[in-house]
Amino acid sequence: MAAATASRSGLRSALPLLAPAYLWLTVAIFLPLSAMVFFSFMTELPLSGKPWTFTLGNYAAFFSQSLYLTLLLASLRLGLEVTLWCIVIGYPAAYVLAKVLKGRSREAIFLLVILPFWSNGLVRIFSWAMVLREGGILDTALNAVLPFKINIDLMYSYPAVIIGLVHSYVPYMVLTCYLTLQAIDDSLIEAGRSLGASRLQVLKRVIIPLSMPGLVAGAALIFVPVVGSFMEPRILGGRTGTFYGTVIEDQFVAVFNWPLGAALSFILLAVVLVILAAASPVLKREA
Amino acid sequence: MAGVQVSNVSRSFGAHKALDDVSIDFADGGFYALLGPSGSGKTTLLRQIAGFDFPDSGRIAIGGESVERVPVEKRRIGMVFQNYALFPNMSVADNVAFGLSVRGEAKAVIAAEVQGALDLVQLGKLGGRRPHQLSGGQRQRVALARAIVTKPRVLLLDEPLGALDKALRVDMQIELKRIQREIGITTIFVTHDQEEALTMSDRIGILRDGRLVQEGPPEEIYDRPKSEFAATFLGDANIFRGDATGSGILLADGTAIAAGAGATLAAGAKASCAVRPERIRIATDAGVSNATDTNVLKGQVSKRIFAGNNSTYFVDRAGQTLKVIVQNTGIERLSEGQDVVLRWSPESTVLIAAS
Ligand SMILES: Nc1ncnc2c1ncn2[C@@H]1O[C@H](COP(=O)(O)OP(=O)(O)OP(=O)(O)O)[C@@H](O)[C@H]1O
Ligand SMILES: [Mg+2]
Repeated sequence: MAAATASRSGLRSALPLLAPAYLWLTVAIFLPLSAMVFFSFMTELPLSGKPWTFTLGNYAAFFSQSLYLTLLLASLRLGLEVTLWCIVIGYPAAYVLAKVLKGRSREAIFLLVILPFWSNGLVRIFSWAMVLREGGILDTALNAVLPFKINIDLMYSYPAVIIGLVHSYVPYMVLTCYLTLQAIDDSLIEAGRSLGASRLQVLKRVIIPLSMPGLVAGAALIFVPVVGSFMEPRILGGRTGTFYGTVIEDQFVAVFNWPLGAALSFILLAVVLVILAAASPVLKREA
Repeated sequence: MAGVQVSNVSRSFGAHKALDDVSIDFADGGFYALLGPSGSGKTTLLRQIAGFDFPDSGRIAIGGESVERVPVEKRRIGMVFQNYALFPNMSVADNVAFGLSVRGEAKAVIAAEVQGALDLVQLGKLGGRRPHQLSGGQRQRVALARAIVTKPRVLLLDEPLGALDKALRVDMQIELKRIQREIGITTIFVTHDQEEALTMSDRIGILRDGRLVQEGPPEEIYDRPKSEFAATFLGDANIFRGDATGSGILLADGTAIAAGAGATLAAGAKASCAVRPERIRIATDAGVSNATDTNVLKGQVSKRIFAGNNSTYFVDRAGQTLKVIVQNTGIERLSEGQDVVLRWSPESTVLIAAS
């Protein structure tokens, strides 16, 4: 009782501080988003001047063509794979940053991890294109080193999309895991080892469970945008790079069927929310 | 259970010698306190014994077996940390079970052992709680239970009571001592608190700047300190500096101070004498005297601090302030500014060679 009262009065005093944030959220997210919800139920875009009526047809389109579902599943798989690779690469990196490196070397490596964040997304993707294509940097370098001839042409393939996406999103995983790992007191690790646990056992039983919130946050931050991604699939995937996100993009920039694009986006949003909601009890128990 | 031998261990961090040729023999089943000022190397020494860190040179043996290069998880030690270091993601029972479960013991065995250990620290009913639901003293008990449930050969404690308040500290001291006796484990205890070291341990080692200054039973170190540092670090002491006369010293103003029998230093060398404040008798007149109290000094009370069962007098003489502690028997009440005579016996005086 007392706690509830206290938190209510705390909320009242916090209101002036929260107001700007909520105002911003309303203007920047809620308004455009509700406009999109509105569009998704229209037959035509009102801006084009053509007559329009309300319809559920845009949503029905998703279910009437199996292509959309196939692409959605492909995008979900892409999201899962990219998230897993980000964990595989990002978690050890975060561990080394938080628990092994100290002082200057930590700062330097940290900067290297953040760097892709600061570079323009398109520049990043086109640099990968130069690396991955036949006769590109990777191909030339490997053939210069290896005694036998191999052909590396990863360009316009599924692996190229994965590589590009993992590179773009792995900093999120490193950062969220770094934060939780850094908060783990070194004495916990020492306590575990003094009780006879090997480094691996300490990792499994103490460090990973305690850093689970960082893993979960990182996974959510990566999975959601990757499922809707279109830039990396289009540029690095070429013909193989048709995903749910690229189809949505097409509706907005090529076909100009905004209502269908909006409806497809909201279906994606709903699916992602359901997945996150279904996963959260499991993840909470783990953490 | 096993004794621990530390022989000529040195450890440097860069140019700084954190441990400088330290040798100590920790007897099997003994309770040993490591005492010293901050930065003297206590934690560093404990970490060498635990195996978190390795010495640059020297030997460490547990139960006669050389362990300098054995990693911590193979040394079979129990460690209690100052911040408890309980695993926040596990219940109290799981914390205590950790050491047994990584060894792969059977579930039933673990459950029984854990309950036994929790009972031993009187927390039998709290196994289901999480560490954050416990008080500081209870956390410390869990940490202790977790450290001893694996039946380690040595128990290492780094300022385990440092974060507790005074009353709880005293309770835990008694408790820790009881448990240590009950299981008879060799215990090495790092502390800042000299009183804690004196009351709890069979032997004390005093460290200073990475060196072992003195080592022995508490009474011996208290009664026969070998250096001014040991005399003033463990307990309070009045230090007189002068020239050795054989069995005492001569102060600059010509006053002679006699030390106990057996203490001799070559005449003329620089030396000092240490006297514990409670060994000095204080009186207003020169008449009342005890035949054995042959050391006599005159002075003036500059300050008196009343502490209930005793009073501390600060007495000024010849540019030096001496400390005298008098049990409050209700007879003597000296006031500030009063001229007094101090007397004590040579047996209460320790002769120390200048270092
Ligand atoms: N990992 C390390 N790197 C560099 N210097 C260290 C390291 N560990 C300890 N030292 C130094 O070694 C000296 C001894 O440290 P130690 O922690 O053993 O002191 P302590 O006696 O435990 O002090 P306290 O009572 O404050 O805990 C200190 O000067 C400390 O700065
Ligand atoms: Mg220390």
